[in-house]
Amino acid sequence: MALVKNGELATSSFVDASGAEAIPAAGPVIVSLDQWKAHREALLKRGTELGIRLHSDQPPELIAADLPHFAVVALEFPKFRDGRAYSYARLLRERYGFKGELRAVGEVLLEQLFFMLRTGFDAFDIQSADPLKDYRTALADFSVWYQPTADGRPTAMQLRHKH
Amino acid sequence: MYRYDEFDARFVNERVAQFRRQVKRRLAGELTEDQFRPLRLMNGLYLQLHAYMLRINVPYGTLASKQMRKFAYLARNYDRNFGHFTTRQNLQFNWIKLEQVPDILQHLADVEVTGIQSSGNCVRNITADQYAGRAKDELADPRVYCELLRQYSFLHPEFSYLPRKFKIAVTGSPNDRAAVAVHDIGLRMHKNEQGQIGFEVLVGGGLGRTPYIAHTIRKWLAPEDLLAYVESILRVYNMQGRRDNIHKARIKIIVNQMGIEKYRELVDKDFEFTKNGALKVPEDEVARINAYFAPPQYEKLEDQTQALAKIRSGDRVFDRWMRGNVIEHKVPGYAIVNLSLKAPGKTPGDITADKMDAVADLADQYSFGEIRVTHRQNLVLVDVKQSELYELWHKLVELGLATPNLGLLTDIICCPGLDFCALANARSIPIAQDISRAFTDLDELQKIGQFTINISGCMNACGHHHVGHIGILGVDKRGEEFFQLTLGGSSDQHASLGDRLGPGLPQAEVPAAIRKIVDTYFVVRQQQERFLDTYRRVGIEPFKAAVYGEESQAA
Repeated sequence: MALVKNGELATSSFVDASGAEAIPAAGPVIVSLDQWKAHREALLKRGTELGIRLHSDQPPELIAADLPHFAVVALEFPKFRDGRAYSYARLLRERYGFKGELRAVGEVLLEQLFFMLRTGFDAFDIQSADPLKDYRTALADFSVWYQPTADGRPTAMQLRHKH
Repeated sequence: MYRYDEFDARFVNERVAQFRRQVKRRLAGELTEDQFRPLRLMNGLYLQLHAYMLRINVPYGTLASKQMRKFAYLARNYDRNFGHFTTRQNLQFNWIKLEQVPDILQHLADVEVTGIQSSGNCVRNITADQYAGRAKDELADPRVYCELLRQYSFLHPEFSYLPRKFKIAVTGSPNDRAAVAVHDIGLRMHKNEQGQIGFEVLVGGGLGRTPYIAHTIRKWLAPEDLLAYVESILRVYNMQGRRDNIHKARIKIIVNQMGIEKYRELVDKDFEFTKNGALKVPEDEVARINAYFAPPQYEKLEDQTQALAKIRSGDRVFDRWMRGNVIEHKVPGYAIVNLSLKAPGKTPGDITADKMDAVADLADQYSFGEIRVTHRQNLVLVDVKQSELYELWHKLVELGLATPNLGLLTDIICCPGLDFCALANARSIPIAQDISRAFTDLDELQKIGQFTINISGCMNACGHHHVGHIGILGVDKRGEEFFQLTLGGSSDQHASLGDRLGPGLPQAEVPAAIRKIVDTYFVVRQQQERFLDTYRRVGIEPFKAAVYGEESQAA
């Protein structure tokens, strides 16, 4: 699967099995919360990297204790207007200390990328013919921001009073 | 007033450039209307019945004369020579072309004005007491905190796709002129037991189809914790608010569903993490912003009340205006002057381009170049020398801006209604005009005393009908417009929602019904009792009987 990750086109080594009937026997895999609950022991034993995909009504609190097992957390935007995953992303980065890949999936579009970047996502499954171009366009929109968030960019307030 | 520094200016210009691209993508078909809609709304652009409408922020109701002149310029060059001030202290243009909006926004950015988040499911323009920094009854000037919230809310990465819109209002006076109890968050500055000034935080108020008075979620909040606490309220709402039904998506629904205790518990839990973090408001930033709100260079003046009394005794019309529209200033020798946008037969809140320019000139000449916008859709010059009141009044009379009806029955709040709005069920403006024509006797208006009529053209309640002493709601019954009356609403520090009087009335019967309510009030009131107090004492029955006849009491 083609992704934009850390500002570059990347191919995900993970198979997203979250919507599938069966989990592939080998290789890095992304599972749903239900699959994780049902096959937790087997998944931990397979010795591959794991990812989990959360629906927008599944807050990260549900997997907080299991986070060390995941290399990828994929947060779903079922519609671009559903903004819950922005909060989830910040909680994962700022409160639960998640350092792995935070992937935006679902209806991920150019005009919302800026918000996703700032809330801590670093991988984007962009619905576009030219995802990298969209990513760069979104990144270039602003050079000033007011809110301190997970990405650590200095805010206008911090720049004003840095001396 | 606040001025942009290099960061604010760059941000707003970048925002205009971004919207220019978004409009281009829309016109090229790269964005569907469904995808474009929230983007244009978050720049203040609505698609209404006849054209695009652009809503422009007047942050906490404070406007510089050059900004008002820019509104006049835009009204002339991009609209039909007028604009409309709203209940959220904003300005709306009604006849806008999509392809011209980026240019309009650039014109606005040049004078430090934006349409950012004047609509959309995000934090809207922060509103405040229109007399902030000037009123004698004020405890503290709330504008520095409004400005902090304005900056904090602009393009918030986490909260730009909330379940629904989110409105914050702030008052620094115990006499609430900002209607904080009917906002998603209301902030009321007051002192705690140690004498420190902070905020009482209210949450979950709102009008619309399910009106609620807000609950107090925190009795006292330290000012330095304001942003952190607001962030926690917003985060809980963003995660818990309903997204399955647009009519149940406001914070008031979730607060009242789970109960204020539970909501408070969730917010407090989150606040444990936010309160000592990067959102703590630094003292030097408060000082930086406060410097912009330093009082203007007042002259040392004697109080002119006696000299004015002499003029007033010789000029009854001036006297009436003084009594109604001029309010005490905290600095001796100065006064706060309200300009009524409610002349008989006119549309409440509307103002022509020429009058905008004239008001800007008067502000420069008499009031340090500053203008305020009220949530009751009037304008204010906040720093007028008492010695110049008589001269200013003459000029306002000529402009038709001296109707002495502030706070009286014809000082009507009215939404644009079905004449403009795509959501409306009924035409609200003609009702306001009819009522103002039916009550032109200024002696009578004064005799009636403090009175608010609020009119909405649909249940979305932009005209705040639930909190008018008389509320009027337009409804559509099988293609015909009817108007339901409510009595006893109020948006001040003793906020209440009006009670429904009875079945809806056709437009032609509304002024007569108001007349009957007023006549009944004259009969049952005690001494100088306000209508609202009379209503609260005697209840709805006498008024119901007056409007619908005795048979209604049996029913």
